[in-house]
Order: sequence, then C-alpha cells, then structure tokens
Amino acid sequence: MLEADNLECVRGERRLFAGLGFRLEAGELLYLQGRNGAGKTSLLRMLIGLLPPESGEIRWQGMPIKTAGEHFRADLCYLGHLNAIKEELTPLENLLAAARLAEEPLAEDDALDALEQVGLAGREDLACKHLSQGQKRRVALARLVKERRPLWILDEPFVALDIAAVDWLATLISGHLQRGGLAVMTTHQTVAIPAGTVRELRIGH
Amino acid sequence: MLNIIGAVIARDLKLAMRRQADIVSAVFFFIIVVSLFPLGIGPEPELLRKLAPGVLWVAALLATMLSLPRLFADDHRDGTLEQLALAPHPLGLVVTGKVIAHWLVSGLPLALIAPVLGIQFDLSADALLVLTGAILLGTPALSGIGAIGAALTLGLRGGGVLLSLLVLPLYIPVLIFGAGAVDATVSGLGGEGHLSLLAAMTIAAVGFAPWASAAALKIALE
Repeated sequence: MLEADNLECVRGERRLFAGLGFRLEAGELLYLQGRNGAGKTSLLRMLIGLLPPESGEIRWQGMPIKTAGEHFRADLCYLGHLNAIKEELTPLENLLAAARLAEEPLAEDDALDALEQVGLAGREDLACKHLSQGQKRRVALARLVKERRPLWILDEPFVALDIAAVDWLATLISGHLQRGGLAVMTTHQTVAIPAGTVRELRIGH
Repeated sequence: MLNIIGAVIARDLKLAMRRQADIVSAVFFFIIVVSLFPLGIGPEPELLRKLAPGVLWVAALLATMLSLPRLFADDHRDGTLEQLALAPHPLGLVVTGKVIAHWLVSGLPLALIAPVLGIQFDLSADALLVLTGAILLGTPALSGIGAIGAALTLGLRGGGVLLSLLVLPLYIPVLIFGAGAVDATVSGLGGEGHLSLLAAMTIAAVGFAPWASAAALKIALE
C-alpha cells in the first residue's frame, strides 16, 4: 500500500502543488494527469525517494519511505523518461547488466524471452546506438517483462511506442495489477488498462 | 556487498572496452607530456634525473583529470545513474565500484607505462621500480578524490574547469609523497616511508571518498 500525505513541492521559487495526498492499494493503478510543468515528474521523483518533499510524507506498507530505505527500493521498479540503457551495449547486455545491478539476476534465456516479447528478436546483439528511438524505449520496457516487484512507477511509458506496443504494454501493466501489484504512471494519452482499478489524480489547476 | 561492487566494475570495464579511444588518449597524453620535457630541457642527465619524479607525477595527475568529468556524466545523461541510486543497496558501494573501474582503466595503464618513460630521464633501475610502485599505490587515491569532484560538478555547465580547480589542490599530498618516494630512493634514503603514506592515503580515499561522492550525487539527482 502506497500512501502520500499532504505533499508539497517547491521547485526554484515556484510552488507546484501543496496538500496533495492519495492512497493506493494492491491491484490499483494511479494515473497522474496535468498540463506540462504541473509537477507530474516531480511527484514521481518524490514517490521514488530521489526528491525530498518540501513537506508531507510518503509511506510504503505503512513505513515512511525515507526510513524504509533499501527495503522500499527492493520493492520498487522505476522507469523514467530517460531509458537508462547504455548505447555501447547490446539490448541483451543492457538487460542483464541492469538486472545484476538491481540485485535481481536474470537468466539469459529469460532476458532473450523478454526481448522477444518486446519485438526485438534478432536484434539482441546489435549495439543500442544503432536502434531507433522506439526500439530503445522497448529495450527499457523489456525490464518490466520479468519484473515481479510490487510497485511500478512509470514516467510516460507510452511515449515513442507504436500502436501494437501500446497495447502490449497495457496488457503487461494489467498482468502486474492482477498479480496484486501497484502502479503509478503519468501519461498524456488515455490508454485503457483492461484489469485492476484505475484511479486518476489531477495535479495543478 | 562484493556482488554489487563486482557488477559495477564488470559493467564499467565492458563499457570502457567498447570505447577504447578514451583510455588510449589519456595514456598518449601522459606519454607525450612526459616526453616533451627531455626534448625541451636538453640532454643533461643530472638535471633530468632530478626532474623525473615531479614531471611524471604531474603528468599522471593531469592524465587522470582527463577522464574524470565522464566518470558520472554519461550515467547521468542516459538515466542509468538514477537506476543505480534506486537499487536496493547503498549508493556508496556503487561509487566504490566505479572508482575501482576508473582506476583500472586510467591509473593502472599509467603505472605500467611509467617505467618505460622513466628511462628517458636516465633513472636507475631502483628508482624505476619505486616510481612504478608509487604510481600504483597513489593513483587509486587520485580516482577516489576525483570522484568527489566529479560528483560535485555533475550537471554543471563548464564543470570540467571547475572540477580541475576543485580536485587538483586535493591531489597535492599524493604528488608530494609520490614524487618524494622516488627522490628519496635516488638520494639513497629509501622511499619506504613515502610509500607507506601513499598507501594510507589510498586506503582512506578509496574507503571514504565514495560515500562523500554518493552524498553529492544524491543532491545532483534531486
């Protein structure tokens, strides 16, 4: 269960939002909406613990994420607007290295299977710098295929994806929710997620 | 704990192998700077022997500086630094791995090539041995201290120059004792004391600097 209480966000001299709170249970998805610059990404960065809120508190399973520290991060999977892939490495190497660094080693077969699911079969051994923008995004998304951590925080996951990939990702997120996972994401497109309870939160006015 | 350090080292070494130009250019920079001195000063063995330790060490400091700005900048730009900070282990361990990997690709090659360059300065075999030992012992401290500077200047415009201004003064003790070890050997006093101090600095730098860098990185990631 993820709870946020009375969050306030100040960037520079501007207050982006204040008094923001929500409560998300297992199997629920939270859509963050708001115009550009409303503070969606800032809120996500607060939720993952990289940006300390000006005031307020975020709790994961009843414990403030600051105190929970590594236990919270072990339950968290974050996909930012940057792909976090290395251009010099191949998709396969990227996936294996990311899994190893997150201390959740992935078998090579599982990684190959994940890449096949995101439609990168046959490109496992090509350096990522030769891939298109959409394909790079798919490499980043391939991390989610075998991801079993309960909390997914996704920043604009549908950007740069074609229609088929958007459907595929929506199904993947549904599967995650059905397993009792939680997800928070920002998006400008409305994508129907077939399963789970979808809640919406609008930031700014 | 060793797992994660090993994973970071393995990844960074693999990346370094994919862009060998970076390693090679730092080594060539070192070779060229060191080689310019005998050419500029002229063939006076006495003078060259006296200058050798200082010249080699200053060149080693500058060559290390070359690769420092990219220590965290690449990971920061493509988002992998965020993922590293979110992994379920202390960020200091990740930075320790990065510091060790940085030393393996920047400090170690300098130590291996230094004895060859020392011959240009007519150093004795003893002095060459101590020089290599001193560079081997001292360069990890350079990577460690440099990591703090690289983390503090991450994401700043013109960070490269600021990084040199921050880090070079902190390199002075390593320079003094590194060059001092060779001087002491040449003059017959024995360089053991200097080498012990270098080793102490390296242990302190590799042990503590990553945690300071990690604190700076967290601020940069906000």
